[in-house]
Amino acid sequence: MPDETKPNGTPPPEGTQSTEKPAAEVKSSEVKPSEVKAAAESKLPSPAATPPKSEATAAAKPAAPTAVKPAAPAKPAGPVPVPWETELTRQLKQRYGSGIREASTYLGQNYLVVDPAILSEILLLMCQDEGFDYCVDITAVHYPKREKAEFDVIYVLYSFAQNTRVRVKTQIADGATLPTAVPIWETANWLEREVFDMFGIRFTGHPDMKRILLPEEWKGHPLRKDYDILKQDTEWVKINLGIESGQ
Amino acid sequence: MTTNRVNTDDWGDRGTTVLDANELVLNMGPQHPSTHGVLRVILKLDGEKINGTECVIGYLHRGVEKIGENRTYTQFAPYTDRMDYVAAVSNGMGYCEAVEKLLNVEAPPRAQYIRVIMAELQRIASHQVWLGTHALDIGAMTPLFYTFRDREEILKIFEKYCGARLTTHAFRIGGCQYETYEGFEKEVLKFCDFVEPKIGEYEALLTTNRIWVERTKGIGILNGADCKALGVTGPVLRASGVKWDLRKAQPYEAYAKFDFEIPVGDHGDTYDRYLVRIREMYQSLRIIRQAVEGLPEGPIMAKVPKIIKPPVGEIYHSIEAPKGELGYFLVSDGSTQPYRTRIRPPSFVNLQALDKMVRGMLMADVVAVIGTLDIVLGEVDR
Amino acid sequence: MLNQLTSYLNSNQTPGQAGNMLWVLIYILVVFGGVSLFVMVMNWVERKALAHFQIRLGPMRVGPHGLLQPIADALKLFTKEDVMPEGADKAIFWSAPVWVVLTGFTTLIVVPFGMTHAVTDMNIGILYMLGISSLGVLGIIMAGWSSNSHYPLLGSLRSSAQMVSYEVAMGLAIVSAIVMTSFTGLGMYGAGTTPGVGTLSMIEIVKAQQAQHVWFVFKFFPLGFMAFGIFAVAMVAETNRAPFDLPEAESELVAGFHTEYSGLRWSLFMLAEYAGMVAVSSIATTLWLGGWLRPFPNLLPGSTWDLAFSFVPGLTILFVAAVTIRQALKMPQHPALRANKIGMLGLGLFIAFLGLVLFIPGVRVRVGDIFWFCLKVGFFIYLYIWYRATFPRYRFDQLMKVGWKVLLPLALGVLIVTGVVGLTPELTAWVKGLFA
Repeated sequence: MPDETKPNGTPPPEGTQSTEKPAAEVKSSEVKPSEVKAAAESKLPSPAATPPKSEATAAAKPAAPTAVKPAAPAKPAGPVPVPWETELTRQLKQRYGSGIREASTYLGQNYLVVDPAILSEILLLMCQDEGFDYCVDITAVHYPKREKAEFDVIYVLYSFAQNTRVRVKTQIADGATLPTAVPIWETANWLEREVFDMFGIRFTGHPDMKRILLPEEWKGHPLRKDYDILKQDTEWVKINLGIESGQ
Repeated sequence: MTTNRVNTDDWGDRGTTVLDANELVLNMGPQHPSTHGVLRVILKLDGEKINGTECVIGYLHRGVEKIGENRTYTQFAPYTDRMDYVAAVSNGMGYCEAVEKLLNVEAPPRAQYIRVIMAELQRIASHQVWLGTHALDIGAMTPLFYTFRDREEILKIFEKYCGARLTTHAFRIGGCQYETYEGFEKEVLKFCDFVEPKIGEYEALLTTNRIWVERTKGIGILNGADCKALGVTGPVLRASGVKWDLRKAQPYEAYAKFDFEIPVGDHGDTYDRYLVRIREMYQSLRIIRQAVEGLPEGPIMAKVPKIIKPPVGEIYHSIEAPKGELGYFLVSDGSTQPYRTRIRPPSFVNLQALDKMVRGMLMADVVAVIGTLDIVLGEVDR
Repeated sequence: MLNQLTSYLNSNQTPGQAGNMLWVLIYILVVFGGVSLFVMVMNWVERKALAHFQIRLGPMRVGPHGLLQPIADALKLFTKEDVMPEGADKAIFWSAPVWVVLTGFTTLIVVPFGMTHAVTDMNIGILYMLGISSLGVLGIIMAGWSSNSHYPLLGSLRSSAQMVSYEVAMGLAIVSAIVMTSFTGLGMYGAGTTPGVGTLSMIEIVKAQQAQHVWFVFKFFPLGFMAFGIFAVAMVAETNRAPFDLPEAESELVAGFHTEYSGLRWSLFMLAEYAGMVAVSSIATTLWLGGWLRPFPNLLPGSTWDLAFSFVPGLTILFVAAVTIRQALKMPQHPALRANKIGMLGLGLFIAFLGLVLFIPGVRVRVGDIFWFCLKVGFFIYLYIWYRATFPRYRFDQLMKVGWKVLLPLALGVLIVTGVVGLTPELTAWVKGLFA
């Protein structure tokens, strides 16, 4: 064993990787997620993978049976989201109807896609009735190509009692606001501020809605897809740091 | 009553009269000996009593999440080391696992064991840095040098394993790049035997030291409910009596195979957090010993494609980093670069509890509480 | 003038008492210069000792074993830019370090380094020391207030509160030692007073210990020891040293009252702090540890032992010289170390010369007491360093609690009990008289 210093599966050398990655690919990549979302919204049932029996088993381990065949060719679609059907989702669908746009499991991780209008209601329900008493993370993803729903806002929730995770997702348009989750979980305070800082999504009712990581006077929201290093706030840099540019 | 008012216009805005200026606003940081980097806390003081705090962060913001979107999956891995730079191995492990999950592969058992050994060594190292600096904040200089002396041995093992001491980039997506060096097991076990009495030395200096106990008992109390509401994780949560550790709750890697305990505290004060971390070091040693003994033979790399192109989808994966739950939320659009890399840093979320913990306490407790939260600004600001 | 210079030599009084102004001047220069030098040595010793506590080497580069480090530091401090913060009260900001140094050094005038080795002896010597050293806090408040900055302000507020509260316990502990001077019975439990004997003079206090055949730390054991302990704690607080270094608590207040000071002004604060350490250690030595007296004067009495002990200073110095020379010879043969080696050898030879000088009978008799006094002070200085390496820092309210709720009642109790015990013969006589 000690002589076995040579790695078995060498990771790709950086050189070949960078040649594989022309800038055009980045542009084209922006289209793909919207297609995926469209596919997901049509709720195509796929009996490919084993549907999870309960929440507990679902979140504990990634789909172990599928791990046999790694996605070597990478062309086949790989794992597909499957509907997430439990007592909870059934009740939610019954109560909110089309407000629950999707309830799926992907790679053993459950997520809900809900209408922004009922978001705060769902979050409150998740926290108080379903025991998701720990808000792990709040974040967003920007899809500029998606009309009227440029942003995914994602709440990662965890329940100590059930030892399960669930992601609550909602889609909102650029400029739209979301109700704050601070009254539900105190921890949402800084997390929402970070989302605002990075994406410019405002949360109404937040006690202190201002930037957190970037300076107060900074212009632009860096994690939007249309923001890059050339678009950074050189004006602020000039005024405050006394140099031509941050670069 | 305007006659006896003193005109203080030329004094700046200190209130309308001298008597109104009863709140002192103290700007602590970003350059201050005990804010652990570039944290800035604005303290509102009444004498020495804290009336309120406001954290100003972002001085170390490097846009790691944005960088992640502009690098391939493989290229981004070293960047994660620069977040929590005193626990780089744990960061890298979390990231590699998240991508593996997205790819739907699993590292081979041998790689998993190596990862566990390294991550637990890193946990000890991280706790040692914490203990040294925390004690220094409270005024005990000597433990700092003791802990750093012993941490050196861990860094030596890291250096021998992967050539780097601090920002290690020890693992690769799909396993490990490096096989263990000759005598690795022996050296790790030797380290375990070496460091165990040393932890006793730290304890001899502090655990029953009257001043230490007075300075930490009953300081910065957070109960379990507060912790959950504030999303506080890691040793801080466990010191509040919540027996929750991701290594047990949702075992990743080979953690399910090891026998170890989760130390918990009762009161959720600074002293309990100190004890919990000290005991965690012993538990880490236990895990390391088991992992070294059970280190299986076999490949160290799973079959992952040379060019990593995960299928379209998103994944949230988190590990128990030394400081708490370190989560990675990755969105893939099927290309070689992540569409979104979100990092859920434990320090960032834990730091939010500072205000609640120090309100009504004294000025000196602020540094004790900042120390006990064990924040690393590289991770808070990313 | 030469006459004036030599006439004093046979006197057994301090120059101040003898009224010999020339020698007063010389003594002042020697004491101030000596203490300044001692501060530099202390600085080196502290850094070295602290380093060895903390498993590191400490200064090693400037001179052999970093011996010249304090000089390098002093040079650096002298040449540093002198920054005065905008909006500072210039006059007060300027005068604060001067004030602190002034008070720190003025106290040393009455310190008896030997039976005749004080600048002067006052009949209120100990009161004078306490009074002047409390004025030092004024300088600290001035520094904190005039800096126009929050950290210094908080530091000086802490400082004033701390010094005022610890002065009370310290004063009471001192009083219980002074009370002991009037109990003229011999030995550890020798009680009974002789009217008109008690004294506040530093030299007379030591003489009282000599006359009573006991150091006050052992008098009425454990009472003297308790008073000594209280003083030993309070003096650490008085000099703002760890674990009571709140006024300059680095991790909280950056540098406390001298945050805004730099260069020479800052070094003056340091000088005053160390001079203050010497001063309070001298008080402790004088009051409880028999000042300049040699150890075991009663257990091992007689002129033979006196002679034997009078060789100890010279032998100790020779031992230090031997260690130095050995270290110099042990240095590796390397061109880069040649200067170091020669320097260290020179130092060793110089120390050896000093040690030999100490064997000259005239010098031996007159200087031996200085050695014992310095040794005892050095013990306290070492304690200071030891504390610093061991203890975390107290919090402000805990510090106050220790001062007011523990030390003060304890000191009061010790004082009262000391009085009662010391007056036992008189009290019994009085009680008997009541029933007679």
